[in-house]
Formats: sequence, C-alpha cells, structure tokens
Amino acid sequence: MNIPKDLKYTQNDEWIKVEGQTGLIGVSDFAQDSLSDVVYVELPESGDMFNKGETFAVVESVKAASDIYMPVSGEVIEVNEVLTQQYELVNKDPYGKAWMIKINIKEPSELDGLMDAAAYEAYCMERQH
Amino acid sequence: MTQFIPHTDSDREAMLDIIGLKRVDELFQDVPAAYRFPSLNLPPAVSEMEIVNEVQALASLNENTHELICFLGAGAYNHYIPAVVDSILRRGEFFTAYTPYQPEVSQGTLQAIFEYQSLIAALTGMEVCNASHYDGATAVAEAVNMAYAVFRGKRNKLVLSPALHPQYRQTVQTYIQNHPISLVTNDEGGLKEHNLLTDSEALIPLVDDQTMLVIVQYPDFFGRVYDYSMLAEAVHAAGALLAVAINPLALGLLKPPGDFGADIVMGEGQPLGIPLSFGGPYLGLFATRKEYVRKMSGRLVGETVDVHNQRGYVLTLTAREQHIRREKATSNICTNQGLIALASAVYMSALGKHGLRQVAELNYHKAHYAAEYLKKIPGYALWSDAPFFNEFVLICPEPAEELNRYLLDKGVIGGYVLGQDFPTLNHCVLIAVTEMNSRAEIDYLVELLAGWVDK
Repeated sequence: MNIPKDLKYTQNDEWIKVEGQTGLIGVSDFAQDSLSDVVYVELPESGDMFNKGETFAVVESVKAASDIYMPVSGEVIEVNEVLTQQYELVNKDPYGKAWMIKINIKEPSELDGLMDAAAYEAYCMERQH
Repeated sequence: MTQFIPHTDSDREAMLDIIGLKRVDELFQDVPAAYRFPSLNLPPAVSEMEIVNEVQALASLNENTHELICFLGAGAYNHYIPAVVDSILRRGEFFTAYTPYQPEVSQGTLQAIFEYQSLIAALTGMEVCNASHYDGATAVAEAVNMAYAVFRGKRNKLVLSPALHPQYRQTVQTYIQNHPISLVTNDEGGLKEHNLLTDSEALIPLVDDQTMLVIVQYPDFFGRVYDYSMLAEAVHAAGALLAVAINPLALGLLKPPGDFGADIVMGEGQPLGIPLSFGGPYLGLFATRKEYVRKMSGRLVGETVDVHNQRGYVLTLTAREQHIRREKATSNICTNQGLIALASAVYMSALGKHGLRQVAELNYHKAHYAAEYLKKIPGYALWSDAPFFNEFVLICPEPAEELNRYLLDKGVIGGYVLGQDFPTLNHCVLIAVTEMNSRAEIDYLVELLAGWVDK
C-alpha cells in the first residue's frame, strides 16, 4: 500500500498535504481500494467554508456513496474540476491527480491531531486483519 | 404463468414432520390461549350472495361518472381508458407482484418501468425520468426536495406560482415545514384575483440569487396555457431551477417543457389511462435533466447488457437512494405504485404519438366549443382570455356552489368550485371538458346554465 511520508492522515482515510497556510486534500490509497471503482465525485465550490469533520465531498463507487470529511477547518480556495469528469483518477492516482480541494487552513493547531505516515500505516494494517 | 398448486394434507404433514410438529396449531403455542381466538364484535356471518347484495347496494349509493355527465376536472379527469390497459394490468405477473426485493429477478417488471420512463421522457422532452411517485402533489413536493439538494442548502427560496394547484401547494408546505426553506409568492394577504390573473412573467421579480426553484403549472390550475420561455431565461439567469407541473395529456398538443428550458418536469399521470377512483391510486410523474440525476429521488431502471451481451434491466444509480445514503438522500420516499405507472405506459403505447395528439385535440376543441357557447349566455363570462387546453374558468351570476347543486339535480356533475380555495373567486367555476363529453352533453350544460339564470 502506498502511504506517502509527506502527508497527514485522518481516521476516515483523507489525506492533507500542508504547504504553508494552504492544504491539498484527497482520499488515501486505502480508501480508494476499499471503495473499489469510483463512478462519481461531487465536490464543493470555491469559497465554501467547512469545519473539521464536516462533509465536503461525496464519492460514489459501485459499492456505495461515501462522504468525505474535512481533516481540518478551512475555506475552499480551489477545486479539482478534472475530477468531476474523470472519476477514475481516484482509483488511479489518489495522492496526485485525484486531489479534491485546496483550502486555506483556518486553525493550524488542528493539524497536530492528525496521523503521520507511520501512524496511518499502522492504522491501515490494523484494519486489514 | 405459474400453475396454482394447492397444499394437500400430505404436503402439510410432510412440512410439519420436518420441523417436528404434529399439528399446525402447535405453531401458535407461544400466543396466550386467550388471545388466539379473540371474540370479534361482528354481526353473524351471512352467505356470499347476501354480502354481495349488501355491498352492491352500498356501492350504488355513490354518484359516478357512468351515470352522470361530468364537467369536473381540477387535476383529475374523466377520460376514456382503452380495454387493453386493464387486460394487461390484470395479468397475474403484473397484478399480484409487489416490488421484488431483488429487483433484477423480475426482468418483466423492470422492463415495464423502463418503457414507462422512456415514454415520459419523450413526452416531456427531458433526459431522465424516475420510476414514478404516488401522485402529482407528492411529485411536485419532491421537486422542492431535489432543488434543495442540488444547491446543498445554499439557496433556500422557493417561488410558487399562485396558479399552482392548491393541493400541490399544500403538499409542498407540508414537506418543507421542517426545512429552512422560505416560500415566496406574489399572493401575500390571500390569493388576490388580480395576482391570479397575471401571467407567468409576473413571477420574474420574485426571483433572486437566493432562489433555488420556481414552480409553475402547464396548463396552470385555471386551465391557462402560457409560454414559459421568458420565465425560464430569467430563472436560469438567476442561477435557479425551473420546475413545471404538467398535465401529460396536454403535451400531446403543447410544446414539451424540456423545449422551453424546464429543469424538472412533474405532474399528475392520472389522465393517462388511470380511472378517477375517488382520488387514487394515481401516478406522480417526475423527469429532469441528466446533470441532476444524482439528486433525483425515487427509483430508476436502466437498460444494460449481461456477460453474454444480452439485453437486461437493472435498478441503476441506487447509491443515491435512502437505503444507502440514509439521511443524506434527497428523499426518504423511493416507493411508487408500479402498476399505475404500467397502466400509463400501456395507455401511451396503445394510443401512440398520433393517438395521444388526437385525444388532446378532442379535449381542446370540445372545451373551446363549450366555452364559446357558455360565455354567450347573459350573466356569464370567461374569467380569463388566455389560451387554454381542456379547462377554463366561468364567472357565474350566483355563487358557483349553488349552481353545482342545481346541476346535480339535473344529472350533471358541475365544475370545480373555486371559492373553496380562492374566496375572491366565489362566483367562479372551473369547467373541464374531455373527449368523454358529447356535443349533446355540452349543449345540455349550456341549456341548463341558461335556464338557471331565468329561474
């Protein structure tokens, strides 16, 4: 399983890549693997504000429709429009082309509550058994 | 069809044997003896012949459209239903089946719904149509749910045309009472007559950047037909959606709402081969554009191919629905009355494109014939000069309720008394004329109304 070292992770399998005040958010390799083939992605709009833990997107796979939650609070400043046309990117490139939103991080301290790659790997291993 | 195979005594014995019981009664041991056969407060049993007589005597107390001449419409209409509709419906494969919990097992049921969806999509000029709702009123309310979901609660103003069916309006109000949706309409302080008389463009100033949905009716509740193109443009310019409640039969003649920019089309499917039956079961039509399909409520049947490349039908996009999306789904109702949807599909197929147009033309011409003669009677007038389909409002010299009592005495069910919903229209009656009304019946109505003035 692919778990990049430079990202932070949530218990709901979202990742965030922090770049100064902003963060790029998507779902992990573990998430796309459990969802199986993604058939639809619904994303928010630029300017939307969400608190940590709120739903900002919905990913629909052949199995289910799953809510995607905010790892930290923030304002959406960019949305990956490509993803709303090419849903399969979530399966092919979850950490790259399948980024979902870019946000302005509101409370940087909330990042401390997230898992690093090592902790997330252990968390994934635990659930595979 | 599967043969009827009764259980014989030896079948029962074999089954009891397997579960280790002697008699069927033993299955009910856990129910306290006192509750097993509670005494019911019923009159002594009568023979089949006696009960049939009794029920028929009760049934014959009802007034009905076979014995009376009917000019009542207002959402449910007296139309001819070809015999083929009932003979298909009464086939056991359709008639007895509840929606199967593993729907793909019932390919026939799914195909029938698929055909229904395709016919309604073609009739309305829309891209997708769901497997139907309970009736026109609930379908209209589902449009509100859908618009709210499309904008994810960011827009919450709902604009209702004052000429929307009052019962649809009430159902919408019931649906939204616990939602943060605010109703906007140009009828503050009661539905004033001058507001009712204004055309659709009067709604344009009510639309702003908080408006999620505008609902109009086509033909409207008063029977009038408006071109909603300008309204559609204005609604879209404000970023909102336009929903159009239809009479599907009128679309045999009129431009489909999909052609003038409707985003959602819903309506009462009863005119398509469904009997009046005291108001139900009816059929809620619901169609929309493909881009909104994931926010549409209700079930959706799709056509696909199996591993052998053979055509097959499936329930599609089920992840939208409440059993998967739970409280996040657009609606908590996915049920429909599939048999009624099937009736309308058989009706549309039996008539075909040209037949539907013919029925619509008959309705149009007969209603216009009636209006032409009724308005000439001294003391009567048409309320509106807008174009209409098969229904129009007649202003009477006295309260319309009194007129209807007089007509019923003469064997005629009069039109809809508008005063019950619109107090200012107390002297107005909404008269529907369908292909079922002969010229002689219309002439009789004219004669009666003229006589009522002289009385």
